[in-house]
Amino acid sequence: MTARFAPGSRVLVKNDWPEERGPCHIRTPHYLRGRAGQVERVLGAFRNPEDLAFARPAETRVLYHVVFDQPGIFPADGKAPDKLLVEIFEHWLEAA
Amino acid sequence: MSNPARAESVEQLDRLVAALLAKGVVTEAEIAEQQASTDRASPEIGARIVARAWLDPAWRAMVLRNGTEGAEALGVSMAGAPPLGVLEDTAKRHHLIVCTLCSCYPRAVLGYPPHWYKSFSYRSRVVREPRAVMAEWGSPVADDIELRVVDSTADYRWMVLPVRPAGTDDWTEDQLAALVTRDVLVGVALPKLPA
Repeated sequence: MTARFAPGSRVLVKNDWPEERGPCHIRTPHYLRGRAGQVERVLGAFRNPEDLAFARPAETRVLYHVVFDQPGIFPADGKAPDKLLVEIFEHWLEAA
Repeated sequence: MSNPARAESVEQLDRLVAALLAKGVVTEAEIAEQQASTDRASPEIGARIVARAWLDPAWRAMVLRNGTEGAEALGVSMAGAPPLGVLEDTAKRHHLIVCTLCSCYPRAVLGYPPHWYKSFSYRSRVVREPRAVMAEWGSPVADDIELRVVDSTADYRWMVLPVRPAGTDDWTEDQLAALVTRDVLVGVALPKLPA
């Protein structure tokens, strides 16, 4: 397993919406698409659920715990210094 | 009176099990063992992990590094289960678990999830206004504490290791474990001493 991002790296969740292109299974919450966060820890490599869900051959992908500023994502209700900590697969992340 | 919707779901389950058995994907014994294992799991296991972590620094370090190893040390079969992660609260940080996508829950160490955990309102509100949810349920969080809402979206399952309450210095592991309820392990409540 080679992880592209190290703990502390700034990352951007891709602003991609596969659900608009057809049937799919995605583990990246919609509220994080296009949002910037920071890698908290590398969790390991797991088979890609986007393929597993359709019984397709599934390669392993590196999974990260990524931390996001919570009021930055929900400005109306969020409160500093709160955070969201979410598992995101590497193919959903870009360097920020 | 019979409930047609339930009858249909039971029939669907029966057909699914029959197909899995016919194809040799699972055996009757494996299904029975899995059911027994799921039924055995309860928040008492998570509470034991926490109480021991409050008393034993080496255990604490081990479960924070590898929650799966901690569960196995308590006799829980983790083979085939998702890895368990234990999230450490501090005086300045508290964790709260949700699965906004569905209902991922650390069943191996907490048992079956409560209905509210799977509800649309909990899943949608707790990422948006976690402090309001905690205050409504009787555990307001101080302004200077960083609340970390953990959205369990993929392959890990998470439980919270809360801060040991003050006034428990000479307590035994059993006494401490009794403070650690299911809600405390999910993070929607903080451990409270009996009044």
